[in-house]
Amino acid sequence: MSRAASASAVRLAALLAGLGFVAVLIALGALFLGSARVPPADVLAVLTGRVKGVDQVVVLSLRLPRILAALLAGGALAVAGAGFQALTRNPLAEPSVLGVSSGAAFGVIVAQVFGLGSGLVQAAGIAACAFAGALVAGVTVYLIAARGGGLPVHTLLLAGVIVGIFFSSAITVLISLVDFDRLGGVVHWLLGNLGPIPPASLAVFAGLTLAGLWLVVGQARPLNLLALGEESAQQLGVDAERLKRRVFVGAALLTSAVVAFVGPIGFVGLIVPQVIRMLVGPDNRVVIPAAALGGGAFLLLADTLARNVVAPAELSVGVITALCGAPFFVYLLRARAVRSDP
Amino acid sequence: MTSPLVECRGLGFTYAPGAAGGAFAIRDLSFEVAAGEIFGVIGPNASGKTTLVRLLSRVLAPSAGQVLIGGADVGRLPRAAVARDVAVVPQDGPRDLPHTVEELVLMGRYPRAPGRFFESAADRAAAGRAMELVGVLGLRGAPLDRLSGGERQRVMLARALAQEPRLLVLDEPTAYLDLRYQVECAGLLRRLGREAGLTIVLVSHDLGFAAELCDRLLLMAGGAALRIGPPESVIDEAVLESAYGCRVLVDKHPLSGRPTVHLVYPR
Repeated sequence: MSRAASASAVRLAALLAGLGFVAVLIALGALFLGSARVPPADVLAVLTGRVKGVDQVVVLSLRLPRILAALLAGGALAVAGAGFQALTRNPLAEPSVLGVSSGAAFGVIVAQVFGLGSGLVQAAGIAACAFAGALVAGVTVYLIAARGGGLPVHTLLLAGVIVGIFFSSAITVLISLVDFDRLGGVVHWLLGNLGPIPPASLAVFAGLTLAGLWLVVGQARPLNLLALGEESAQQLGVDAERLKRRVFVGAALLTSAVVAFVGPIGFVGLIVPQVIRMLVGPDNRVVIPAAALGGGAFLLLADTLARNVVAPAELSVGVITALCGAPFFVYLLRARAVRSDP
Repeated sequence: MTSPLVECRGLGFTYAPGAAGGAFAIRDLSFEVAAGEIFGVIGPNASGKTTLVRLLSRVLAPSAGQVLIGGADVGRLPRAAVARDVAVVPQDGPRDLPHTVEELVLMGRYPRAPGRFFESAADRAAAGRAMELVGVLGLRGAPLDRLSGGERQRVMLARALAQEPRLLVLDEPTAYLDLRYQVECAGLLRRLGREAGLTIVLVSHDLGFAAELCDRLLLMAGGAALRIGPPESVIDEAVLESAYGCRVLVDKHPLSGRPTVHLVYPR
């Protein structure tokens, strides 16, 4: 056995290579498939810059940004999920289950109602409101669920559901009060929609996602120690309070970026980290970076299905992830022996 | 005489009202532990032993006084710096973690380089030495949930040794061990004190174990020091009676000559 590289590093490299290969395959599929029938030869021609016109618009302005948005959103959601799971030591925690997505969505609707200019200013404003909403929802859930320094598994889930319902209702109230035309497409967005995303938004989205990934992925090693319990982690040199703040802010940032630009897509943060853990074990230094790539590939696959199964109509990608995610949640709850509270 | 490794000066701690956790307050506690010494902390339930472990390892900050390790106030050091000096072996290791023995022991390397994402070859070598020293190298690939109580404790000890600390703090090391493992544990700690030159603070309920192993004992009662000294002066019928509130008989161990305690059961 080679002693040059740590076993975790080898495992991560192998997993990233495999997931990268799968992601490229799915991305190629997404580039060639769609309701606008662009022949494969024409797609290739557009990519090499030999064809202009409608085909070019379809491939370069519709499909390509959408592929990037799906990769970013899926990676962000999966890493946010893995971060929340490590933070709460609860395998079922993820942005939508914890109500953080709903809080961010409420922030987005508030920003829409008050209107925030256009272009870069609008994108940044919506993202800021989403982030504020995510923080408020996350802190509220924590305050409801925290008991004597711990976060009981089921209490946390219930608190997340309750806070989620509250913000969803608040969204409904805002939508009914406001002239519906000003919130065009809001229903489609609320289900999660990777539809046309303007370049300015895509740039802000990418920037926020990279910042969030940096915050969470960088803490993967101390997050492993946090699994021992807060006291043990501290005795091993982890500044637990700082760690928890960083990961919470990072996961909330990732969640709010996704909600702001593609809508509250559920369950990606649950499915992807769990499947990776089943494959390679619990080491967050492997699970979290792999979730970034695996989540992107998963959401891109779900979106390609959403675009094509009922073409020329389109499903919301959130519908597909929820259809996969809800049964998976039940499976985890029952079969994988989620520890009950003492 | 060499300067002490551990100095506790006028240490006090009070939990916030209503705080849970089964630990108790400490008041005006002062003692020193010399480098290389095996120092025992004994006392009844609720006497503040666990709180003392938390103060020594800087999980808690004292409300009065200070803890000095090698002359440095642990309250002023970052957590990783404290963990390079002080390693704690908890009462019982994690039971339901999906890690292997080696993965857990490697976690002890974190304070040595907190900024590093993966452990270096030097980290893995140190973890290997720690596992070898306590005799769990053969179990390195075993999942934690397959271990016996004695094995789990040695793994926790290996994790603490991987920190390469100056002070080793053990919280109730014999609490979950049957007789054979208690004997093994005593032999191991003695060897670590002598060969590895470690300073050891041993918190124990087990008076015979503490008296057998320790150079000096601290008897705590109600959060304060009732007596500090060599086992013969602390394991004393009158002293123990006032600390524990029950009658005991003190005898000598037929082989080691160290004091042993017999309980007087009601008839």
